[in-house]
Amino acid sequence: MTAHDTSGGAAVLSQLTKSYGEVRAVRSIDLAIAPGETVALLGPNGAGKTTTIDMVLGLTRPDSGSVSLFGMSPTEAAAAGVVGGMLQTGSLIEYLSVRELVTMVASLYPHPVDVEDALALSGCAGFADRRTTKLSGGQAQRVRFAIALVADPDLLLLDEPTAALDVEARREFWASMRAVAARGKTVMFATHYLEEADAFADRIVLLARGSVVADGPPGEIKARVGGRTIRATVPGAELDSLRALPGVVEVQRRGNAVILTCAQADAALRGLLDRFPWATDVEVRGAALEDAFLALTADEH
Amino acid sequence: MHPTYLRYELLRNLRNWRFILFSLAYPVVLYFVVTAPQRHVRFDGVAFPLYFMAGMAAVGTMIAVISSGARIAADRSAGWTRQLRLTPLTAGDYLGARVACGFVMALLVIVAVSLSGTALGVHLSVGAWTGMIGLILVGLVPLTVLGILLGHVVTPESLAPAAGGTIMLLALLGGAYGFLLAKSGALFDVIRALPSYWLVQAGKTALAGGGWPLEAWIVIAAWTAVLAPLTVLVYKRDTNRV
Repeated sequence: MTAHDTSGGAAVLSQLTKSYGEVRAVRSIDLAIAPGETVALLGPNGAGKTTTIDMVLGLTRPDSGSVSLFGMSPTEAAAAGVVGGMLQTGSLIEYLSVRELVTMVASLYPHPVDVEDALALSGCAGFADRRTTKLSGGQAQRVRFAIALVADPDLLLLDEPTAALDVEARREFWASMRAVAARGKTVMFATHYLEEADAFADRIVLLARGSVVADGPPGEIKARVGGRTIRATVPGAELDSLRALPGVVEVQRRGNAVILTCAQADAALRGLLDRFPWATDVEVRGAALEDAFLALTADEH
Repeated sequence: MHPTYLRYELLRNLRNWRFILFSLAYPVVLYFVVTAPQRHVRFDGVAFPLYFMAGMAAVGTMIAVISSGARIAADRSAGWTRQLRLTPLTAGDYLGARVACGFVMALLVIVAVSLSGTALGVHLSVGAWTGMIGLILVGLVPLTVLGILLGHVVTPESLAPAAGGTIMLLALLGGAYGFLLAKSGALFDVIRALPSYWLVQAGKTALAGGGWPLEAWIVIAAWTAVLAPLTVLVYKRDTNRV
């Protein structure tokens, strides 16, 4: 059904770089996304997720590097109607009902989804006749989703699509999203929730300070960032021998203490106490995502 | 032109009843208040009710096309223009729809002001009516472009003073309020170089059965020729921005 050039992938980002004054928002990102993949861009605030998505959509011009979508530039891909985007910022235009707004947007595309289907799939059917100004935050978010998917895009980009939603709305959103992905669409979404990325994506690209720090299937990423950390004071222990302990991914020194980032904390703890029985002040904690990012990128300093 | 997109743009403009009400009420109310006591006065060579009818048509239509273009500022600030840039809609289609909305509003103003003029005794032949309306619509072209330009350089908060001030100044200098600040000399030369002056003159010109003098066409063309490339420039700057 897709007539585009997919030999190079649905989206190919090469050496993508963008700075805002002194701030290097995105630093030389390389990424190839295959058609049909669902990719999560996972990272804390300020990691460069939005800047990356804006450059992929052609809304922000990179300082250097390039983006190719089905062999086209982002602007060409938008003109061809093969890209859909749900932006993080932006409100809906006034004086139209939800159905009218979605119909208006659908009319811009060469092969849109049936408007009623798009309303149903995005969960807007219940308030389709309401004016866009009379919606709750969660409802407006669903309308924005409907606008993105009514295009029937081959590539769908979503920038923190669940940011304004409560737990229940978030669950409903991902259920709708699964239905879209099941149609073989390529989906890329930004999030700072590891659980969302894990539950929905088949590949996680971990961003921190504008760089890709990890890229792989959710299980692998989760082991690296979703594990636990052990903090302990271990006089005389070499970092390398600590790193060699079972279940340990990364080791850092903080003053007198060391911090072990673990994929399997139980094994690591047994190993630590076994090899270094003089270890004191031992503390095991669930790693916050932010800490995990710092651990993964600590070597860059 | 994209028909469905245009239809919904018009729809959402026509549903904005406050905008329509105030756009119509301003020239109509002012017309009755000023003209009623001066129904038999002559001004600038024509009956005052006709002169002031053209003046109020000029003010009302300027408000219509300039604020329609300037409303792009609201679309930009709402992030709507960014969303549209992800679609196959071209910049030409987007701006074309904005221009169409401005001209539809301008036509509503012309109808309302013309009916008001008729009520106070203005009589024009069908040819003179169509001639006047035609000239006004042509004279609005550079002002429409000016509105789009404003829409790309102002923020929604500064929209009212920027657009309102521009319209007031053009209308006042152009003689739309029933008096001219100068009828000879350097200031009059400046006034004659404004598109608003020729908008106001459209009524008088039509009554005389002719079109504008060559000077008027040059003024309208020159303003358009200067503002259009400037507008393309700010549009490009805006879309290239982060």
